[in-house]
Amino acid sequence: MNYSVAFLTILFKEIRRFTRIWPQTLLPPAITTALYFLIFGKLIGDRIGLVHGVSYMDYIVPGIILMSVISHSYSNVVSSFYSTKFQRHIEELLVAPVPNYVILAGYVCGGIARGVLVGVVVAGISMMFTHTTILHWDIAAAVFVLTATLFALAGFINAVFADSFDDISIIPNFVLTPLSYLGGVFYSVAMLPGIWQKIAQANPILYMINAFRYGMIGVSDVQIELAFAMTGGLIVFLTALSLLLLHKGIGIKN
Amino acid sequence: MTALSIQNLKKTYNNGFVALKGVDLDVQRGDFFALLGPNGAGKSTLIGIISSLVNKTSGLVSIFGHDLDKDNVAAKTCIGVVPQEVNFNQFETSMSVVMNQAGYYGIPRKQALRRTEQCLRQMELWDKRDVVSRRLSGGMKRRLMIARAMVHSPRLLILDEPTAGVDIEIRRSMWEMMQEVNKQGTTIILTTHYLEEAESLCRNIAIINNGQIIEKSAMSSLLSRLHTDHFVLDIARPLSLAPIIAGYDIVLNADTVLDVAVPKSHGLNRLFQALSEQHIEVLSLRNKSNRLEQLFLDLVQ
Ligand SMILES: Nc1ncnc2c1ncn2[C@@H]1O[C@H](COP(=O)(O)OP(=O)(O)OP(=O)(O)O)[C@@H](O)[C@H]1O
Ligand SMILES: [Mg+2]
Repeated sequence: MNYSVAFLTILFKEIRRFTRIWPQTLLPPAITTALYFLIFGKLIGDRIGLVHGVSYMDYIVPGIILMSVISHSYSNVVSSFYSTKFQRHIEELLVAPVPNYVILAGYVCGGIARGVLVGVVVAGISMMFTHTTILHWDIAAAVFVLTATLFALAGFINAVFADSFDDISIIPNFVLTPLSYLGGVFYSVAMLPGIWQKIAQANPILYMINAFRYGMIGVSDVQIELAFAMTGGLIVFLTALSLLLLHKGIGIKN
Repeated sequence: MTALSIQNLKKTYNNGFVALKGVDLDVQRGDFFALLGPNGAGKSTLIGIISSLVNKTSGLVSIFGHDLDKDNVAAKTCIGVVPQEVNFNQFETSMSVVMNQAGYYGIPRKQALRRTEQCLRQMELWDKRDVVSRRLSGGMKRRLMIARAMVHSPRLLILDEPTAGVDIEIRRSMWEMMQEVNKQGTTIILTTHYLEEAESLCRNIAIINNGQIIEKSAMSSLLSRLHTDHFVLDIARPLSLAPIIAGYDIVLNADTVLDVAVPKSHGLNRLFQALSEQHIEVLSLRNKSNRLEQLFLDLVQ
């Protein structure tokens, strides 16, 4: 059987969902980003001067873009798949001959679509404040898409385990946001005192942000190969875990 | 060929509750089959397992010869389910609810549009196609779920209490629709608590109670087991005592209302003859309760 129709049906449904509610999904990141650039870039950044030889404003652009990709690809899948469970229209998929990997691919690609779209909006806004050019398009694009994929998968797993609307905001608030802020969006790890440098290096988001920064402005605190290996490895692991959860029907079937 | 074959199906929920205790059931192709049972008997659990929404604990299910575990794509393609509770996306329009379901079954867009229109028209929802589904009335929501269940032209349609909370007019039109669909060759399994509905629509019946099938037979042979019919007679002039007529059990219910138990062997002619002889004028006659209802209560209690 050809599952492309089923896959596209899920994907378009997901894209329609977040574009229909664009004031909740696309507008807030645009406003937040503009504020970041205004406050950190313009007001504070002018006093900081250069970091690794680039202006502070240019230094923080990649991190801010990637941070919005992370939070939006995650939150798209977690809220969409959780409400699919909650409203029980997951049953529409379960009664039909749709294999689990197609369900997963549909939702994850929906999350990637939102992450990428928001990332592009945020990048567009950043161009109003600074004129960074992208040095390595291929690396930047690869990190961009892989990061969106990874966090869309993580959002899916969160939704599978979630039992209430509170459960879908715990991870984003208490894990993702802190890790993103501590992932070197606003500073270089080289600025941290000794022990904190070691601790920061345990944060996977640090690798993605630095790899993306390398792609955009050619500056990184970490090895790019390591960042790709780590992101790729996590994607493989979370994909396997998601498929296992779907196969067992955890949180979905009695 | 059997449309549905179930062998020794058991279900224990995670909390340890045993909802199905070894169910065996065969439904023949083309049948209009009633699955009856009191609240909590296990009907929805059984339907959930057949439609892959609930994991079974053990047993075998096959649909038109396709094993639900081994050949699940073919098995799923044969079934359409109308669940007991509303389970579509309440933020989507009626049209996209049905279109999405067609997509999940792999039906290409052009064909899906055609089928969606047919199904929505058949359910008299075509005018409501652009209405967001949460704004539909309760009866319309049920009809939307039927349209959705039929979009891939399933060979077996399973309806879990489709007429609950639906007004008389719509219920009648749903009956006609179900009969029409059945006539066109679709096998139908219906659960309902309206026993007159089951009696008039269904040819075969199973009654489930406490997770076990306690009765399986043709509707006509089940009904023929009822040896006594109960009637209520309205009479013209008040009586103070119930008339005594040999062979009939008569109770004076109100001064102008008689409850009569009529053994099939005696029939009604003799009753009326005797009443006339006693100068009791009968104004009207009706069944005391639905026949199936009496049998059902006897079996379940
Ligand atoms: N998720 C669940 N966990 C535990 N027990 C359950 C669950 N779902 C149903 N049950 C129990 O299983 C039994 C059968 O429920 P089911 O919904 O199959 O009954 P039913 O015959 O459809 O009843 P009704 O006519 O009220 O719809 C009930 O006792 C119910 O409480
Ligand atoms: Mg039920």
